[in-house]
Amino acid sequence: MGILMVGVLSKRDSFFLASMLTVGAFLLAAALVIAGPAGQGYNGLFTTDTFSAFVKLLVLAAAALGVIVSLDYNEHANLRRFEFPVLMLYATVGMMVMVSATNLMSLYLGLELQSLSIYVLAAFARDELRSAEAGLKYFVLGSLASGLLLYGISLVYGFAGTMEFGRLVQALADPANASAGLIVGIVFIVAGLAFKISAVPFHMWTPDVYEGAPTPVTAFMSTAPKVAGIALLMRVMASPFGHLLVQWQQIIIVMSVLSMLLGSLAAIGQRNIKRLMAYSSIGHIGYALIGLAAGSQAGLRGVLIYMLTYVFMNAGTFACILAMRRRGRMLEQISDLSGLARTDPGLALAFAVFMFSMAGIPPFAGFWGKYFIFTAAVQSGLWTLAVIGVLTSVIGAYYYIRIIKVIYFDAAVEAFDPRPASLSVVAAASALFTTFFFLFPAPFVAAAEAAAKVFVF
Amino acid sequence: MNPLGFPLLSLLTWLPLVGCGIIMSVRGDEATVASNARWTALWTSLIVFALSLVLWVRFDQSDPGFQFVESAAWLPQWNIAYKMGVDGISVLFVLLSTVLTPICILASWESITVRVREYMLAFLVLETMMVGMFCALDFVVFYMFFEGVLLPMYLIIGIWGGPRRVYAAIKFFLFTLAGSVLMLLALLAMWYSAGTTDIPTLLHTVFPASMQTWLFLAFLASFAVKVPMWPVHTWLPDAHVEAPTAGSVILAGVLLKMGAYGFLRFSVPMLPAASASLAPLMFTLSVVAVIYTSYVALAQQDMKKLIAYSSIAHMGVVTIGIFTFNVQGISGALFQMLSHGVVSGALFLCVGVVYDRMHTREIARYGGLAERMPAYAFVFMLFTLASMGLPGTGGFVGEFLVLVGAFKVNFWLALLGSLGMILGTAYMLWLYRRVIFGALTRAELRDILDLSPREVAVFAPLVILTLWMGVYPSSFTGFWDASVGAMVEHHQAALATAVKLAGVLH
Repeated sequence: MGILMVGVLSKRDSFFLASMLTVGAFLLAAALVIAGPAGQGYNGLFTTDTFSAFVKLLVLAAAALGVIVSLDYNEHANLRRFEFPVLMLYATVGMMVMVSATNLMSLYLGLELQSLSIYVLAAFARDELRSAEAGLKYFVLGSLASGLLLYGISLVYGFAGTMEFGRLVQALADPANASAGLIVGIVFIVAGLAFKISAVPFHMWTPDVYEGAPTPVTAFMSTAPKVAGIALLMRVMASPFGHLLVQWQQIIIVMSVLSMLLGSLAAIGQRNIKRLMAYSSIGHIGYALIGLAAGSQAGLRGVLIYMLTYVFMNAGTFACILAMRRRGRMLEQISDLSGLARTDPGLALAFAVFMFSMAGIPPFAGFWGKYFIFTAAVQSGLWTLAVIGVLTSVIGAYYYIRIIKVIYFDAAVEAFDPRPASLSVVAAASALFTTFFFLFPAPFVAAAEAAAKVFVF
Repeated sequence: MNPLGFPLLSLLTWLPLVGCGIIMSVRGDEATVASNARWTALWTSLIVFALSLVLWVRFDQSDPGFQFVESAAWLPQWNIAYKMGVDGISVLFVLLSTVLTPICILASWESITVRVREYMLAFLVLETMMVGMFCALDFVVFYMFFEGVLLPMYLIIGIWGGPRRVYAAIKFFLFTLAGSVLMLLALLAMWYSAGTTDIPTLLHTVFPASMQTWLFLAFLASFAVKVPMWPVHTWLPDAHVEAPTAGSVILAGVLLKMGAYGFLRFSVPMLPAASASLAPLMFTLSVVAVIYTSYVALAQQDMKKLIAYSSIAHMGVVTIGIFTFNVQGISGALFQMLSHGVVSGALFLCVGVVYDRMHTREIARYGGLAERMPAYAFVFMLFTLASMGLPGTGGFVGEFLVLVGAFKVNFWLALLGSLGMILGTAYMLWLYRRVIFGALTRAELRDILDLSPREVAVFAPLVILTLWMGVYPSSFTGFWDASVGAMVEHHQAALATAVKLAGVLH
């Protein structure tokens, strides 16, 4: 379905027009996702169900926010080229394919389409050394991860004789059938996917790439591909390898614990807000993985809700970061936020909301994400994981509230340049969503529940 | 829904936010905004207070159950609902919150001069959180308010606090959060075991004994930090010293009570077996708190710090009372919580009065104030005596009842607990002597002014309340007699069943 959109704009030369068309394409795709029937296509390569619909809508929303926050930045940073939104569009198409893939081959294709577009996006500010370095670094490491993934896929194919999820489920219905080679294959697949969602120990690239890439690209990278990646991981683990829960659960638990610990501890010393957000996103992926490790529908539901809240907090935070500009120069140091509450109370309030939400303080949306994740962990009896989770969230809270401290407690410095409307809209919309999520959680939770029901454990 | 036919508790809870909306919409230069914000906040909190008096009048004292109950669907699939209601234990704390908020706003009328609008917003949000927390009848709702209190308090300490405010604010935030998240896990475990987060249902759910111990410890982590109990009390002196006067008042007056309220609402009735078996631990911690912090208080040079340590000692008496599991002990604990809320709040206001004039809290910088400030000396004396537990003031009744309850449990417990009273007398009288009496030696104190009419208005209700509590305590205890009686009975019945079960099994 997403593929329908590709051809829409190939020869536009206006950046703004292209961006708008891209957003339009996302909206159209969203409408199609909602209206589209459930079923399989392309001989079982591609499936639409409630799960894919939920994730696709989320990915489209995240991507649209990503395009909108890039508008103003690209004007100023002299990146006004129509390829930018088109690349985002390609990446999004890749994600849509990933989300719907029910064959290891289509999974790989989607993932590569997404990754290749993002490699280019990361290096988009080609005159800037940091951006080029980020792109190259991401490309080299990403290719390695793709290689691992591909190797894992070939192992699975070799030992199970099929790449189709449906057939794999049947072949593995009895866990005793799983040979050692197949397990190794799964480990490689998990490793490859863990790289894409930057879970520890495959996170090395994240801080450097986040810092080096143009900020709107970072905003985009930290939301939509993360959602698609973790959705992909969920589908692969829960659907073809669902019966092998015991085998992969250990890996996910270890990754989850390490991600949470690293995400919260390493972020404390950061001075650059983009690096801080990189560690923060590693930590958030750790929490989301708790839900997957729970290996239950409640867990998957938790992950979906978590990603929903995460997308909005993150997009909003990056909108705020993009508004950090003084006399035409972008700022990235946390200390530049000093006294923001005096110079720009609105932005400060939005920033504070996102930080409190990321720290998981009720009533903000971030709390609800964590709530449903921990519910699942408790239901599955993963007490240790839950305790580590809540304790690292306290450590994590330290650096989030430290940012609020800088914004509210420190002395004011010179004001930022006036904010463009596009950023204000994204920040305000995300802040409203984050703040008032608690008033109407039921429909979102019900949708996530329906999506999680696709998988049977 | 409730006898009045309209959701009174929700109104009390959310009305301050309406005030926030009005304050936020004010435009104009800084002075206009500040004065508008002050008046709006004062009027909002006064209206909330007036409405809360309806609770006082219409509350049926003979009913041990929850009253004014209202509920609305929220997350029906998980049996999580928005449910509010008060019983004899919580109703007076709602009133305490609504009384102290306007007093705090009035007390910061002149002492807060920067970012007045944000200050008033924070206080109104704080009122919403406090009232909501005492009214919540659903565990998730409770948790949201319980944690939500952190946000405005963090900002109040951090923005308008003293020189080390950042350290104090972050310490306060992290200590409290660390406790609360463990409670969150306990909440989830209870929900998973009982299938609902409805507090009245949970009160009558029997949890397996092994689970109770873990749940109790998780609750303890959260409530002990809030109370605060030794050894997790270290955030309190910092927070108190750095917070602005009104912040200290709310902190001592209401926030500390949240922990003790949590013990009474959750730990004791929901986990009777664990409460009984871990009571010795609680007694030990409380007694250590009472004696140790009293000694620490004796050594303080800073007035606010002294009162902060005395708060910890007084709250130690409260936790002793709660875990005696008899009517006198729990009733005394409740009374002590109320009177401490009023008295310690008032003492912080007393410190605030001289601080506003001299900008120092060091005891050695004062002396001989009685000469210049007779009215102030009187008010300060009254609250000093109340804090010591002199008969005729609110402080006496609570401590007396707790000690009676403690005697029923263990002689040594009562003896050690009463040591706190003696030490309390020592440090409070010594503080009073050094600040108020003696010769007026310092030149800068010569033209210090006595209480202004605004300050009289701040203190008058607190003076009346303190005396009323001391002279006629049954108008307060009447509220919770039925509820506490039912709770103690329930506790004993639960223990008896557990013993019987154990007998059958062996």
